[in-house]
Amino acid sequence: MKILKQIAQCLESGDEAGVPPLVRQALTEGIVPKTILDDGLIAGMNTVGEKFRVHDIFLPDVLLAAKAMYAGMDVLKPLLLSAGVSSRGRVVIGSVQGDLHDIGKNLVAIMLKGAGFEVIDLGNDVSAEKFVTAAKNNDARVIGMSALLTTTMPVMKEVVDLLKKESLSGKIKTIIGGAPVSQNYAGEIGADAYGYDCAQAVAGVKKLAAAVQ
Amino acid sequence: MIDFPLPRLQPQEAAVYAALGLKSGSRPSPRSSALLLRALELFKICSEPLGLCAAIALDEFADVFSGQGRNAPDTPLKKIFPRADSLHLFAFTMGARISEEIKSLFASDDFALGSVLDAVASLAADQAGRVAEEWIERQDAMQKNGALSRAFLYSPGYCGWHISAQEKLFARLRPEKIGITLNESFLMSPLKSISGVLVTGPALIHQFSEVYPFCAHCKSPACRERGMARSA
Repeated sequence: MKILKQIAQCLESGDEAGVPPLVRQALTEGIVPKTILDDGLIAGMNTVGEKFRVHDIFLPDVLLAAKAMYAGMDVLKPLLLSAGVSSRGRVVIGSVQGDLHDIGKNLVAIMLKGAGFEVIDLGNDVSAEKFVTAAKNNDARVIGMSALLTTTMPVMKEVVDLLKKESLSGKIKTIIGGAPVSQNYAGEIGADAYGYDCAQAVAGVKKLAAAVQ
Repeated sequence: MIDFPLPRLQPQEAAVYAALGLKSGSRPSPRSSALLLRALELFKICSEPLGLCAAIALDEFADVFSGQGRNAPDTPLKKIFPRADSLHLFAFTMGARISEEIKSLFASDDFALGSVLDAVASLAADQAGRVAEEWIERQDAMQKNGALSRAFLYSPGYCGWHISAQEKLFARLRPEKIGITLNESFLMSPLKSISGVLVTGPALIHQFSEVYPFCAHCKSPACRERGMARSA
């Protein structure tokens, strides 16, 4: 459908003002909201994510596209809700206790929303207990943790250990990221995945969410 | 007091693009260029740069350096500072307003502009360290009738110097006077702040060739290049 392609292309170019009229046009053409979401908005964001992954575009372009996606979602959201369409899953995200840096975490949250996930953003300075409680209360499939300091990294292990203690490891997966964190550290503490940057983090969450479906 | 004129702190466009991940040799999109221009305007409006610098004796700094006794067993700074001609504790902030602006941009879903402003403010805070280094070098040169020394800023939280040393650094320097506070994890607020010790002496004292265990986890190993480039 031509209009869906136009939506995706408009989103890819970061045209925040251009996306909503196209979404409305698609609706008047009789296309169901879920199709507009999947084949228009998310398809566009997937292309943006891939271009970012291979360094064809850089971060501000991704964020402009995400903002255009939000503008399109503003039109679709009430219709998706009334049609009972669910998201790709819920993800609890936050910067760990003691850490006030949240830009990286915010960017991952934006990209996850762009990929169709429902994000419960706990902000910064989040304790292990708060991560696990929020994941349980919101029926989240994945917990995403960010740390910028070596001194706050141990909180990530506390979350992993707490999930094990509560026998939730299979039901709630963990992904970690941040400047001092590495794939080795993820393995060391028993986290399920590591995201080097926001594109990798989104790819990791997609895999983890699919694994616990 | 060191003067931090805003034009000296404002980062080059290319540096901001690089910090945001633009591949070397690539050109930013027109929309991204427009974002940077808006971010630089906001930077000029919201920045409130303030710095604090105070000389400290070698034995007093040895106590600050040891902090809570949580440093790595061996660190470059441990070998560098005893050979310094002078030491100065240093703290600098871009002010609370710019951090609040970044937060507010994210809260209102203007995250593209927020992330560019964040990159601009981080680079400006780093640049303030270089401004301080050069200021100390000029002071030192005047005292020594033009003899050339090099000053470098070393900060807790890097290269084996444990971040908990911030506690003693703050107790001596009192950066609260310029609005910087520490939280229980020894992080500074406002976020766009830097602190540390300015070590001044012959260029040679800053050079080292050892590879320390913590170097394996370092994602931006520019320390040796920095010492080499400026001492050349």
